[in-house]
Amino acid sequence: MTGSLNMLGYGLATVGPGLAIGLIFAAYINGVARQPEAQSRLQPIAILGFALAEALAIIGIALAFVVK
Amino acid sequence: MSIIASAAIRAEGFTPPGPGDFNLPPVGYTQETAPTFGFLGETMYAGVTKPMLLLALSVVLVFAFLYSSIRQRAMVPSRFQFIGEASYSFVRNGLARDIIGSHDFMRFVPYLVALFFFILFNNLFGMVPGIQFPTFSRVGIAYSLAILSWLVYNGVGIKRHGFVNYVKLQTVPGGVSGAILLLLIPLEFFSNIIVRPVTLALRLFANMFAGHMLLILFALGGEYLLFETELPTMLAGPLSWVMFLLVSTLELLVMALQAYVFVLLTAMYISSALVEEH
Repeated sequence: MTGSLNMLGYGLATVGPGLAIGLIFAAYINGVARQPEAQSRLQPIAILGFALAEALAIIGIALAFVVK
Repeated sequence: MSIIASAAIRAEGFTPPGPGDFNLPPVGYTQETAPTFGFLGETMYAGVTKPMLLLALSVVLVFAFLYSSIRQRAMVPSRFQFIGEASYSFVRNGLARDIIGSHDFMRFVPYLVALFFFILFNNLFGMVPGIQFPTFSRVGIAYSLAILSWLVYNGVGIKRHGFVNYVKLQTVPGGVSGAILLLLIPLEFFSNIIVRPVTLALRLFANMFAGHMLLILFALGGEYLLFETELPTMLAGPLSWVMFLLVSTLELLVMALQAYVFVLLTAMYISSALVEEH
């Protein structure tokens, strides 16, 4: 087996943002299910939360390639 | 067990795709003959590369799409005109007006619309047969776009509030006083001024890069399994190609979503730079 341990670590690290994104969209779906007319208000907020949580995964993949 | 072990041995003939697959030699050269910036290393090619051509092509395509869709300006729009108008109003009303606010947003609509279509077309190049290279899988291009957005939102903020007030607005959170500010001001400065453009660029880059690498992996891996290995593992080859198709549709979603997210965040940063002091 060859490969970089960084990538293994990155795989583990994606658990955090993965859970976070799941929670964000769960809350979004909940909100829309309870109050469908609020969808247009909730959608940018959900996407923003998704983007911020995803930033952690993005920083992770950058560091996985950069840190030797 | 022995099947898995022998498969692992055979799999050593397969070279998985890596970041090097995205560093294409300049157009008209091969990897060996390409001129390089020698002092920067062997893989820093000097010349016109495929992403450069794609950037120019995307500008032409965006212009052609938007111009030809509104050229007739019919009262009852044709289908093509409707697509152009709907996608314009999606950015104008759904992003710019809702986020920046109806007072200021019109000034930023040209930038945001151009940004959205530029990113969208460049991302979709990853799916066009014969091109199949998302331009933003080269990190330098994503960085330059993020720097442009950084200059825009900091520029309008400084113009609106003056330099000192703008820095105060971005770094001093409202409703906080005392010693905690010593901790919060450096953190806010770091997060609002330094990290924002980096994550803006890396989000776009990493999504395009990772998604395209996944596609290469499923395509090449499927080919390898089907043609280079024997029966039990051979059957996994077509399965890998099915995964390729499924991931392709996911990628189409991600491509549009990333263009949306980039413009959404740019609009949010602009609106946070324009907000009145608390």
